[in-house]
Amino acid sequence: MSRVGVVVFPGSNCEHDVVAALSALGGRAELVWHAETDLSAYDALVLPGGFAHGDYLRPGALARFSPVMEAVAAAAEAGRPVLGICNGFQVLTEAGLLPGALQKNRGLTFLCQPTTLVVVSTRSVLTRAAHVGDELVVPINHFAGSYVCDDATYRALLEGDQVVLRYADNPNGSRGDIAGIANAAGNVVGLMPHPERALHALLGSADGRVLLEGFLAAADDAAASARLVAAP
Amino acid sequence: MEYAVRVEVTLRRGIADPEGATIERALPALGFSGVHSVRTGKAFSLVVEADSAEDAREVAGALATRLLSNPVIEDAAVTVVGVA
Amino acid sequence: MSDGALHRALGLTDDEYALVEGVLKRAPNHLELAMFAVMWSEHCSYKSSRIHLRRLPTSAPWVLVGPGENAGVIDAGDGVAIALRIESHNHPSAIEPYQGAATGVGGILRDVFTMGARPLAVMDPLFFGPPDDARSRWLVEGVVAGISGYGNSVGVPTIGGELTFDEGYAQNPLVNVLCVGALPRERLVLGRASGVGNLAVLLGSRTGRDGIGGVSVLASAGFSGADGAASLDDEKRPSVQVGDPYEEKRLIEACLALLDAGLVVGIQDLGGAGLTCAASETAARGGVGMDLDFTAVPLREAGLAPWEIMTSESQERMLAIVRPEDLAALEALCARWEVRCAVVGRVSAPVADAAGRPVGMVRVREGFDGPVLAEVPAVSLADEAPLYDRPRARPADLDARRDDDPADEPAGDVAAELLASLVDPAWVYRQYDSQLFLNTVVGPGRDAALLRLAGPGLPASERGFALTTDSNPRWCAIDPRAGTALTLLEAIANLACVGATPAAVVNCLNFGNPEHPEVMWQLSEAVDGLAEACVAAGVPVIGGNVSLYNESGGRDIDPTPVLGVVGLVERLVAPPPGWTWREGDAVVLLGPREARPDPFPLAGSLFARRRGRRGGRLPEFDERALVACRFVAAEVARVCAGGVSDVAAVHDVGAGGLATALAEMSAASGVGLAWGDPRGHAELFTEAPGRFVVATRDPAALVEAAAGAGVEATVLGLAAGARLALGEMCDLAVADLAERRASALARALGR
Repeated sequence: MSRVGVVVFPGSNCEHDVVAALSALGGRAELVWHAETDLSAYDALVLPGGFAHGDYLRPGALARFSPVMEAVAAAAEAGRPVLGICNGFQVLTEAGLLPGALQKNRGLTFLCQPTTLVVVSTRSVLTRAAHVGDELVVPINHFAGSYVCDDATYRALLEGDQVVLRYADNPNGSRGDIAGIANAAGNVVGLMPHPERALHALLGSADGRVLLEGFLAAADDAAASARLVAAP
Repeated sequence: MEYAVRVEVTLRRGIADPEGATIERALPALGFSGVHSVRTGKAFSLVVEADSAEDAREVAGALATRLLSNPVIEDAAVTVVGVA
Repeated sequence: MSDGALHRALGLTDDEYALVEGVLKRAPNHLELAMFAVMWSEHCSYKSSRIHLRRLPTSAPWVLVGPGENAGVIDAGDGVAIALRIESHNHPSAIEPYQGAATGVGGILRDVFTMGARPLAVMDPLFFGPPDDARSRWLVEGVVAGISGYGNSVGVPTIGGELTFDEGYAQNPLVNVLCVGALPRERLVLGRASGVGNLAVLLGSRTGRDGIGGVSVLASAGFSGADGAASLDDEKRPSVQVGDPYEEKRLIEACLALLDAGLVVGIQDLGGAGLTCAASETAARGGVGMDLDFTAVPLREAGLAPWEIMTSESQERMLAIVRPEDLAALEALCARWEVRCAVVGRVSAPVADAAGRPVGMVRVREGFDGPVLAEVPAVSLADEAPLYDRPRARPADLDARRDDDPADEPAGDVAAELLASLVDPAWVYRQYDSQLFLNTVVGPGRDAALLRLAGPGLPASERGFALTTDSNPRWCAIDPRAGTALTLLEAIANLACVGATPAAVVNCLNFGNPEHPEVMWQLSEAVDGLAEACVAAGVPVIGGNVSLYNESGGRDIDPTPVLGVVGLVERLVAPPPGWTWREGDAVVLLGPREARPDPFPLAGSLFARRRGRRGGRLPEFDERALVACRFVAAEVARVCAGGVSDVAAVHDVGAGGLATALAEMSAASGVGLAWGDPRGHAELFTEAPGRFVVATRDPAALVEAAAGAGVEATVLGLAAGARLALGEMCDLAVADLAERRASALARALGR
């Protein structure tokens, strides 16, 4: 089975939830402290939600300089699945692993509420198990979740099929209703909504399952190809 | 020498500034007429050890680009205020 | 020898000063006087309320820790214990709403993780003046942003609370905060020092001038100006603390890790009265003394005097008692979490007093073996503040007010009255993370919050727990005794809606100036009402907080006892019914249709308050209502356990009465109801608690089961159509109800 590393920055707070969710889906997930510089043991990585380094300065601005981030960039470069949820998405944009930036919500208040997401592309490690046009109810929980980028970046995102999830009813002013994007290769994904909070009907929605199941499958694929490389 | 440096970080032109817009909308009710183009930003004051004001500006400029601002959406302006 | 001005400036009376001299057998120096002043403040010592609080029932087999510790703790089953605490942060929030509310959240979290519990959820009962007032709006937005900014960032979900607007709070808003945490039973720790030679280690933030005198200046005096806090802002602002949720988050993780590793023998947070309180309380509880080196305390700014260091209320600090051999391991763990730690003291052996009894002394020294600047018996600071039985007087106008019953008020425009009662607080709670830890089955905005009993580091369990906070100052203004009892009944009814059986109560008693005899009468009556209701319901009180001096310009707030009640659900694998009924469901009123002694009392209702009526006769605390609560809780619990049920929706009748409950359910469902025969407008708007609206496919079975349990059941009608019709009195489109409810709060706040 693949191993997923869940990166914990001081101030992260969704790390236990992500581990619990991936474990509930049969995955093997472990916490990784941000001071770690060797991530070779992990087939996939998650940067969870929270307030890394207190979100002081800007969300993700200090976390991108954490020791672990060089190894995260290397894993992304090597094609391993990397998922940034909420604050993790903010960290990935600050680190330049995903284009654009996340700004304060249009209404200038924090928003914790269910949103309906529309699957726009399945060409990513997060959405590979879903279908284009699927509507998924997944909660958001953020103050700075309004996606912004310049025109050239936006065109490139569209042309590269990199917009993976859009809001059906834009809650925060994100450009193009963007809720989640991928890099050009599709192995690095960031999204503001929290799929780990939509895992059971008991908690309001189970629509996050298809996303995290796809991510675990991608992690398994990465593990399998790593074994092929290791055993010539 | 130690130089007092001020860094101002503002949103780049064309990037939405909901905070600035909200402030601007509130102005008429407060009796301020004829005020517009409100933009928000952040200011940092630093003390930089350097051999010259120019060196201090350079160090602060690099810091401003790399950490204090997000160049995707923000501009940074560096001013050497004087000797600290 | 005090010149008199000093002790009075610090908030001590001349009599209290004389007591201090009696304790020390000499005149206190400035430092000692400052320590007594903060510890003997109303906020820390409960000196005006303690003799009354003793009348509360506090024991039950499941109570592990009762009142007096940092938080109450109960056994929740499956090896899990629940810690619960409620507090006020009223005056700081009146002056600086964002930081006042934020540090309120921070403080209550520390009280809970001090017990070894991971904080799992927060609730915030809030009381403001009318929302159309500019200052009220500023306070609401600041307080909500402060709770959101601190709570979300520190990583503890905010799962509910209350939002009350009433003129009485315009100059003195109330910001209460409740926190619940959970821990493996065996990890329970108490805030006590033990082991002579053990080290006192200060963890967390550096100490600054913020919050100096907070408890004596801010929390233990009223606002004298007629415009309340507004006139005092500039003068008092220096003693408002600033919160740092990022520091607190690391402090929580570090402390829980220290406790897991067994590296501390006792731990206590630094809240009101700062280091003086933490040192004297831990020493007093442990029967030992403590030597503190004030020069070892890490400072935020140079030049703090010893008395400032000893009384600072800088946030995000904890005092841990550590064996010397564990210090290195503690330092390593703190370094990992980037939490500052410094050895500031040592546990010392008690010394013999004049009568030969052992007395633990708190000593403040300059250097560990340096000169002693203050030497005070720990128990005298922590436990021996004078207790006051302040004069009580029944208000002179009470009988006249009770005779002024609003039963004679004409119905007026029933539709308009109903619309005015519909307020969805979503604008507030959307700003709170209510879902972290994946426990929230029922979040904010419903009768009670319902959570899975789970969290990082807890033994696995399928159990659940429910939380509600309730208050009713409109009732308590008329009759604090009956009003407080009814408030508990309302809380139990709220818990029943999510299938929970009440297990423990915490109370936050927000009252006016205790030097006013009417206020002391209100407090005493409220305590008796709570005690009686707790005995009737079989629920213990496991903790509380008293906030006095809630007054401005000589006007006291209405008595506002806030109750936080935790309930337990045996098995939680399916969500309870919500407020949504389906086309064709029968809508049934469970519980006594008519209250006693009057069938449809309007005293203390929103209906009466909107008409300026502040008197009348409250309903009795009705045993039949308690029976109805138990019946509903059992029915809902069956659903939560995965049982099959025909019940689609449950909601209790609260503020705004039955009409409001029906309108809320119609709005949530998008399906209307025609109820043909309400017995007049009083039946629509009476708020007598312990009644439930239940929607079911099978009314016959429900009515029969209810009858078997001795619960009255009245079928009101069938859910259908797009209009809510209540007899001839009102007929409204469901869509209008929904729109009105959704937008009411934002519109009222001008957002």
